[in-house]
Amino acid sequence: MLTILFDGIAYGMLLFVLACGLAVTLGLMNFVNLAHGAFAMAGGYCAVIVVNTWGVPFLLALPIAFLFSALLGFILERTLYVHVYRKSHLDQVLFTIGLVFMSVAAVDYVMGSSQVFVQLPDWLRGQFHVFGVGVGRYRLLIIVICGLLTLGLQLVLSYTRFGSRLRASVDDARVARGLGISVNSVFAITFAFGSGLAGLGGALGTEIVGLDPTFPLKFMIYFLIVVTVGGTSSITGPFLASLLLGIGDVAGKYYFPTLGAFVIYTIMIVVLIWRPQGLFARGSAR
Amino acid sequence: MSTGDRHAEIYRRLTARSRWHPLEIAFWGVALASVFLLPGRHLILAEIAILGLFALSLDLILGYAGIVSLGHAAFFGFGAYVAGLLAKHEIITEPLLALVVSGLAAALLGFLTSFLVLRGSDLTRIMVTLGVALVLREIANRYAWLTGGADGLQGVEMKPVLGLYRFDMFGHTAYCYALAVLFVLFLLARRMVNSPFGLSLMAIKGNPLRAAALGIPVNRRLVAVYAVAAGYAGVAGALLTQTTAFASLSVFDFDRSADLLLVLIIGGAGYLYGGLIGAVVFKLMQDYLAALTPQYWPFWIGLLLVAIVLVGRERITGWTQPIRRLAARLDWRGGHRRSAAAAGQER
Repeated sequence: MLTILFDGIAYGMLLFVLACGLAVTLGLMNFVNLAHGAFAMAGGYCAVIVVNTWGVPFLLALPIAFLFSALLGFILERTLYVHVYRKSHLDQVLFTIGLVFMSVAAVDYVMGSSQVFVQLPDWLRGQFHVFGVGVGRYRLLIIVICGLLTLGLQLVLSYTRFGSRLRASVDDARVARGLGISVNSVFAITFAFGSGLAGLGGALGTEIVGLDPTFPLKFMIYFLIVVTVGGTSSITGPFLASLLLGIGDVAGKYYFPTLGAFVIYTIMIVVLIWRPQGLFARGSAR
Repeated sequence: MSTGDRHAEIYRRLTARSRWHPLEIAFWGVALASVFLLPGRHLILAEIAILGLFALSLDLILGYAGIVSLGHAAFFGFGAYVAGLLAKHEIITEPLLALVVSGLAAALLGFLTSFLVLRGSDLTRIMVTLGVALVLREIANRYAWLTGGADGLQGVEMKPVLGLYRFDMFGHTAYCYALAVLFVLFLLARRMVNSPFGLSLMAIKGNPLRAAALGIPVNRRLVAVYAVAAGYAGVAGALLTQTTAFASLSVFDFDRSADLLLVLIIGGAGYLYGGLIGAVVFKLMQDYLAALTPQYWPFWIGLLLVAIVLVGRERITGWTQPIRRLAARLDWRGGHRRSAAAAGQER
């Protein structure tokens, strides 16, 4: 029972790191980025190559994956995404689906279509017991890293100048512009950082959820659930939503294996009927 | 101009919209000619007709009502499985009747899920439509005793259409059957979008608030068109099952919904022919590109989508400009000319 809770929390934390970049970009520019998973996949494959082929230690590979995805996100944002912000939602959807398809086929071409794993160092394998609760070492690492990240994000958002600019831009981009905040550069930085986080999540997640070229398609729905259930006005909402989703998914698969993925879809549909703006949204700003 | 005159003018323009254009007649003439002139390509032509019907169904909700759906394959797949099960268990063996029943079943599903789509923004709609398709796929996967699960629905045996025309392996019957169904449903759709109902949909797409202020029951109209479009998609799915005697989980695939958007965008949304033209272009392209690199075919779709959006959809459909000019010159309905003359008299 507690082990399931523990695994669920680890999974939820992972989902949060994967999806929080999406939540912020969506809230900031009202931009539907279905290709967010592609950045996570990029980070995952980066970690796989760096660790398995070049023999870089696993913990060092995580920041490398982060930087790689962030750089990729930054370049794509400056070259392609900037042209799409002002277009309709339909155009944004088409554009980002196009990116997803391209990334899936390209990775398939370069890396092959089979599932890959990162070689973990020995001290991260296996599990130990605390008061009879089985604790996977790797999952504990995920919880620690993601927990620290979440805390860090929250602090940055609450107490730094950049954080207040970002919050102002999310609340009302027009007024923020009027106050002299360069919303576009705030957005560019946030987009790159969010992509980097997704890459980090992808690198961490290969062990838990597996990694193959269809990753962006398989997890698109998870990201979207986190964002729609959690709302986009803060990062607390998506955080709670990720935990809920993670625990719900793990528990659902454990207790009702025949129902499988129904549990989370049902949660999503019920939440959307009940609160279309998301569970944790403070009213609608738009 | 007196009020009566103005009413007459409005009435005349609206009826002029719904009259048949020579190019439309030419289009269906070509379609009919293909039955006789291209007997060797009937298999792919049947696929094009089915895809065209499916795209037509998306056009009804996207082009006319402005609902962005990422899970339209839900209804396609539902129709496909209903048709397959009806034939397999010999509940309704006559294909045409089974087709109607499958379409109605999908329409019912569309009616039930439409209430989810009404609420919220574009993002919520994308989510919900995607979610519905995923749930259905999961159901089809889980209830393997009914649907065959991942192996697909096997052992479907189709009886002759109307008891007369047997399905053959060259797709002759399949193509004629699919084309006939497409034409009939197209006529219905054409009638519908030119009716007051269709006009009110376009008003809702333009501005839901103003439409509501004009006294249009926005939600009821959206529910209605969503159910109808779902029914169309269901018929398309049922046609696929009937012409191939097989249904698999791939009918629910996300790729199918995404490809469908591309099909509609190639042809242009909001004038019914977009889906049909898009289907022809898409299938021919797929035939050519997939033959080169079958595994990496999604890459080209993705590239095309990105390119279309970056260049701008308006400019993509710009290739139809010369055709449109030709169309205006050929127009015997006289809508433009006569109204221009009327405007001249007024001055």
